[in-house]
Amino acid sequence: MTGLLYLIPVALFMGVVGLGAFIWSLKSGQYDDLEGASWRILQDDDKPKP
Amino acid sequence: MTLPCCTIDGDYFQPFTLEGGDAERWISPAGPGLKRIEFIVPQANRPDAMGHIETDLGALEGVTSVRVNLTGRRVTIIYIEGQIEPQALIDRLGAIGFMARPFDPRETGLTKDDRTGGKLLRALAVAGFAAGNVMLLSVSVWSGAEDATRDLFHWLSAMIALPAVAYAGRPFFYSAVNALRLGRVNMDVPISLGVLLASFMSLFETIRGAEHAYFDASVTLLFFLLAGRYLDHLMRARARSAIAQLISLSSDGATLVEADGTRRYAAARDLKAGMTIAVAAGDRLPADGRILDGMSDMDRSLLTGESAPETVRPGSLVHAGELNLTGPVTVEVTAAGNDTFLSELVRLMSSAEQGQSKYIRIADRLARFYSPAVHTLAATTLTGWLLLGNGWHDALMAAVAVLIITCPCALGLAVPAVQVVASGRLFRSGVMIKDGAALEKLAGVDTVIFDKTGTLTKGEPQLVSPVMVSTDTLALAAGLAQASKHPLSRAIVREVMSRGLQPVTVSDIAEHPGLGLSGTCNGEVVKLGSRAWCGVEESGEDQGLLEFAFRRGARAPVIFQFEDQLRPDAAETVAKLVTMGLEVHLLSGDRAAAVNRVANALDIKRAVSRASPQVKLAYVDALSKAGRKVLMVGDGINDAPALAAGYTSMAPATASDIGRTAAETVFMTESASAVSEAIVVSRRTQRIAKENFVLAVGYNVFAVPLAMAGLVSPLVAAIAMSTSSIIVIANALRVGLGKTAPRSSAKSGHDSQPGRTGLRNAA
Repeated sequence: MTGLLYLIPVALFMGVVGLGAFIWSLKSGQYDDLEGASWRILQDDDKPKP
Repeated sequence: MTLPCCTIDGDYFQPFTLEGGDAERWISPAGPGLKRIEFIVPQANRPDAMGHIETDLGALEGVTSVRVNLTGRRVTIIYIEGQIEPQALIDRLGAIGFMARPFDPRETGLTKDDRTGGKLLRALAVAGFAAGNVMLLSVSVWSGAEDATRDLFHWLSAMIALPAVAYAGRPFFYSAVNALRLGRVNMDVPISLGVLLASFMSLFETIRGAEHAYFDASVTLLFFLLAGRYLDHLMRARARSAIAQLISLSSDGATLVEADGTRRYAAARDLKAGMTIAVAAGDRLPADGRILDGMSDMDRSLLTGESAPETVRPGSLVHAGELNLTGPVTVEVTAAGNDTFLSELVRLMSSAEQGQSKYIRIADRLARFYSPAVHTLAATTLTGWLLLGNGWHDALMAAVAVLIITCPCALGLAVPAVQVVASGRLFRSGVMIKDGAALEKLAGVDTVIFDKTGTLTKGEPQLVSPVMVSTDTLALAAGLAQASKHPLSRAIVREVMSRGLQPVTVSDIAEHPGLGLSGTCNGEVVKLGSRAWCGVEESGEDQGLLEFAFRRGARAPVIFQFEDQLRPDAAETVAKLVTMGLEVHLLSGDRAAAVNRVANALDIKRAVSRASPQVKLAYVDALSKAGRKVLMVGDGINDAPALAAGYTSMAPATASDIGRTAAETVFMTESASAVSEAIVVSRRTQRIAKENFVLAVGYNVFAVPLAMAGLVSPLVAAIAMSTSSIIVIANALRVGLGKTAPRSSAKSGHDSQPGRTGLRNAA
C-alpha cells in the first residue's frame, strides 16, 4: 500500500501536465485553423541543402 | 503606379485601397517595431493557395511572418513598421491573384464568439481531466478498497472534483440562475441541482467516512453536458463567421466632393445630408440622394426586385443600395444614416420581429415538464422513505440519488449532437444555419414564399432571342457592349465568349445613359441600346423580357431579347416542395409580365407582382396570422422586413447585407435545391432528435424506480449515465447517413465557397 503514496501523486502530476499542455495549445492558437493544419503537413517547403 | 487587377468569374475587381486615417483601424502592434494586419482573402480556400501566399509574401522586404488561416480564409501578416506599407501587401496579393480586404475582428463580433468558445473548451478540458482522474480513483473503490484507503481515495476525489465542478459548472449555474430569476425553468435547472447535490452529498459522506461517494457522477455529467454545449456553440460560430465574412466584403465608402472641387474618401457612416458625392459607374450608392449632374441607369433590383434598370437624370431621386450602371453621376445626399429608405426598412423589420412570438427550443419546451416531474419524484421518494420508517439520512440519500440519475445528461446531448451533425452536413452542401432554433423551425414550415429576382432567378440576364443571329452581328454588338457595365451589355459579352467568338474592335465608343452605346466600325455607325435609340418603333405587348436593339449603319435593326435565367433546379425544387406537402407562393416587386413568366415556368399557382416591402410584410403577416408557418426565401433589401416576419427565412449568399443578416439560413449554392435540401435534412434532424428524447426518457423510466428503491450505487449510476449518452450520440450520427446531397447542388465546389459568390455582390 505504500506504493500509493507516490503512485497517486505521479498519476495526478501527469494528468495536470496533460491539462496544462492542452490549455497552452488552445491559447497559442493551434485550434484556430484545423483545416489548414491538416494540409500544412503535406506542404513541400523543405529548403534544399546549400 | 497602376494597380493590378484580379479576375473572378470573368468580372473585374478593383483592389481595395487603404485610405489615410482609416488604415489605423486594421493595424495593431505586434512587438517592438512590428505591426500586425489581417486580411480577408476569399480565394484562399485551397491548400495550394496557402503555400502560394505564404512563400510569395514572405519573400517581401520587411515582412516577418505570413500565416494563412484556411478555415477562416484570412491572412495574418506581421511586418516591420516603416519598411513596407500595408497597401503594398494588398497590391502584392492582388498581383498574384488574390483579392484582399483588411479585416477588423471587432467589427463582426467574431472575437466574442471566439472568447465564449475558448471558455467552453477550457471548461471541457478541466471537466475531462477531473472525470478521468476521479473515475480512476472510483474504480479502485469499486474493486474493493476499504477503510482508510477508501477514505483517502474519497478525499482525493473530493479535492479534484469540487474545484472542477466550481470551474466547469459555471455555464450551467449562470444560465439556471438567470432562468429562475425570470421565473422560468430550463434544462440547466435540474442539471445544476443534480451536479451540486451530488457533490455536496458526496462531500458529506466522505467526511462521515461512509461507503458511497458520487464525485465521479458529478464530473462525468459535466463533461458530457459541456461537450453538448460546445457542439451547439460550434455550429453557431461556424455559420456566423462565414456570414460575417460576406458582410465585411461589401464596400462601405463613398467619394466625397468638397465645395472647392477636391475629392476625398469618406466612410458611408460619416455622410450627412447636404454633402455631395461622386458615384462612378459600377458602384453602389451609399446613401439616398438627388442627382445633381450626369445621367445613368440604376439597377434597383436589390431594392424593388425590378429586373430592368431605370434611367435617372438630374433631379431624379436615388436610394442607397442601387447600383449605378452606365455613367458617373454626382449626387446630393438628402438623407444618410438614420433617414434613408434603408433605415425605414430596418424600422419595419424590427417591428416585424417584435410582433413574432418568441420561439422556444424543443429542449426547453421539454424542460418545462421534465423539471417539475423529477423534482416531484425526488420529493415523493423522500416522504416515501420517511413514511416507511427509515431514518432521515437514508431518505435523503435516496432522494438525491433520484436527482442524480434523472440529471438530463442524455437530454442535454440529445438535441445538440443531432443538430451539429445535421448542420455540418448542410454546411458541406453550402447551406449555413445560424443556430439550432432555425433548424428546428425549418422542420415545421408548411408554406414557402419565394422572391423572384435573385432568389429563384440568378438576377443575371441571358440572351434568349433571336436564336439565329449571324456571328458577325453578335461579335460586333459584343465589341460595343464590352465598354459598358449595363447588365444586358454584359450578357451579350458573356454570350459571345461562351460561343468562343472574338468581339470585333469598335472605335469611338460613347455611352449615352438612358439610351445606349454608339461607336464606329469600318466607317459605319453602330448603335446598341433602347428601341428609340436605334430608331425602332415600340412593340405594343410586354412579354416580360428585357430588350436591346442593335443597328449597324442603315441595315435592318436586330432586337436582342434577354431573360433573367432561373437558378438551376428551380423547377425541380418547387415540384419537390409541393410533393412534400408545402404550399409555394411567389412574391415579387417586379412587373407582372416578368413575374407571370417565372410563375408559369415553375408551375407556381399563387404569384403576386409589384409588391412593395410593406405589401410583402403584410402578405407574410396575414399568412402567419392564419396559423401558417412561413418560410420566406428572399435576397433583396425589399425582402428584409418579410424575412424578419416569416416563421423562419432563407437568403442566397448573393443577397444584400441586410437580407443576409435578417435571414436565419444562408445558402451558398447557385442551385435552388438548397431550399428543399435544407427542409428535408431539418425534418430528419427533428425526427432523430425526438427519437433521442424517447431514448433518454426511456432510460429514466428504467433507472428512476431503481433510484427510488435506493438501489443505485455510484457504480450503477456511472454505467447507466455513460451508456445512455453513448446511445444518444450514436443515434445522432445517423443524420449524417442517408443519401448525400445531389451533385448539382454543390456544383463545382467553387460556388459553395462563401467569398466567391459574395464577391460578385461586393463589386
